[in-house]
Amino acid sequence: MPLVAATPRLTARDLTLSYDRRTVAEGLDVEIPDHSFTVVIGPNACGKSTLLRALARVLRPTRGTVLLDGADLARLPARRVARTLGLLPQSSVAPDGITVADLVARGRHPHQGLLRQWSHEDERITEESMAATGVAELADRPVDELSGGQRQRVWIAMALAQQTPLLLLDEPTTYLDISHQIEVLDLCDRLHRTQGRTLVAVLHDLNQAARYATHLIVMRDGRVVAAGDPGEILTAELVEEVYRLPCRIIPDPETGTPLVVPAAPKRN
Amino acid sequence: MTDLARTRTLRTPGGLSVRYRPRTVLAVTACLFTAAAVAVATLGSGDYPLTPGEVLSALTGGGDPAADFVVNELRLPRVVTALLTGAALALSGAVLQALVRNPLGSPDILGLTQGATTGALLVVATGGSSLALAGGAVAGGTAAGALIRALARRGGTGGHRLVLVGIGVAAVLGGVNGYLLTRIQLMEAARALLWLTGSLDGRGWDDALPLLAVLAVLLPVVLLACGPGLRMLELGDDTALALGVPIERIRPALLACAVLLASVAAAAAGPVSFVALTAPQLARRLTRAPGPNLLASTAMGAALLAAADLAAQHAFGQRQLPVGVVTGVLGGGYLVWLLAAERRAGRL
Repeated sequence: MPLVAATPRLTARDLTLSYDRRTVAEGLDVEIPDHSFTVVIGPNACGKSTLLRALARVLRPTRGTVLLDGADLARLPARRVARTLGLLPQSSVAPDGITVADLVARGRHPHQGLLRQWSHEDERITEESMAATGVAELADRPVDELSGGQRQRVWIAMALAQQTPLLLLDEPTTYLDISHQIEVLDLCDRLHRTQGRTLVAVLHDLNQAARYATHLIVMRDGRVVAAGDPGEILTAELVEEVYRLPCRIIPDPETGTPLVVPAAPKRN
Repeated sequence: MTDLARTRTLRTPGGLSVRYRPRTVLAVTACLFTAAAVAVATLGSGDYPLTPGEVLSALTGGGDPAADFVVNELRLPRVVTALLTGAALALSGAVLQALVRNPLGSPDILGLTQGATTGALLVVATGGSSLALAGGAVAGGTAAGALIRALARRGGTGGHRLVLVGIGVAAVLGGVNGYLLTRIQLMEAARALLWLTGSLDGRGWDDALPLLAVLAVLLPVVLLACGPGLRMLELGDDTALALGVPIERIRPALLACAVLLASVAAAAAGPVSFVALTAPQLARRLTRAPGPNLLASTAMGAALLAAADLAAQHAFGQRQLPVGVVTGVLGGGYLVWLLAAERRAGRL
């Protein structure tokens, strides 16, 4: 058995994660299968965003290690990590008056240097990223004039311009209405399928998670409760255990993936 | 218009490339030209008036001995000190405003200037020399910077926390400074008060050269080594980290540069207020570019302080004012306007 080949590029061993002295997660073991669209779900404050931040090297684990290609992530130089692993955080700040093209171009930062500020490749990839996210025609518009959905696509374009084989997205659909949510998820799905990138996203909506994920990680109270193919692991028992929500699971009429239908309260 | 704001690229066949914005280049050039024009005007005005032509020939080594003495010996050190102080303060302000992502991030609001004042007053109280006074100002400003950093450290050093801690430190040090003034003897009090308003009167090469040395080292460090990272920091800590910016190294380095620049400026000219606050904002309005606008701010600061010193010397008839009074009045008005504008924009 070739063990090395079987180990995915991004894994975490025995992670303890905390903010100041408050421990958020303990003893986490996580594997992100290569070329998967992995979705992390769980109730509020279960540590899913914290896990994502640790996987992205933004938060240093208090114990345990995140391994990228077998090396300890914390010991790798920031710039090298940034060429392999991208993150779309929950909150980013668009500087006043910056245009879409300028913001997307900033994703090229880890590939640039003092005398290599804007190569032909930078230009091509920035344009491709804008085209892939459908914001090319907005290129000269200021970001603060855009709608929420457009803005989120611009941030995704910036993360794409970073050209990392691994891309982590922290609640990319929050604050968006349902059509923009689907738009963003379809975009992620397309990126995953056509460009072969490994995507990891934190999502809130179980049904969207089940529909789009090729690999699902379910968390509760800072622990991974279940991980695997959504069709296999997403059961009524699991949802009740994790969310304390009685429900039924039926096949999604569109895709056949699990659809969670919460039980209705008994009326007198 | 939009065309000037669009970023252009210069490429060499070897694959090197440099980006620039024509509008930013224009703004920097305009500020530098204004600063130079104001400097020539200042060098030519006073009890021994000279035409710009006479000033220029004196500067380039020509001209008669009298003009040469007046320009190069009497007036030039003061003008150079003004230009360098303005540049140092503005660069410090631009870095701090970008670090805390708030237009209120400036050494006179964060308590650095007050710390420099405390250091200077302690030296005055003990009757130290002018060199010791400058040293006291640098030490005081640096200590205040270290204190703010230590106090704001818990829970991250980002944004509002640093501003709030800084305002608190500024208030405490303001009280300490008031107390020190009451304890100082009459003779020293006059010297202390003149320093306190920020004055360029009688500045010599001894004041200009340390500033020049510090700027010569820190300007390239800030612009080239930290500038690109600082631009990314604007996007938020997490985004900057994800883009490979070593925040944990670059942020303390930039803070140290800003503290040092503000302290050395205070050592040379006293606590000149509001230049660090206004110059980056004015520069940004000229360039209309996102980002810290470091070079444009620096040039703007030099022009602003040189102009303020020209006004302080000659705009009020025979009575000369300390330059700090002029920047204080103009900058104070600007601060009120800024607060009102931020409030209208819903950011405050």
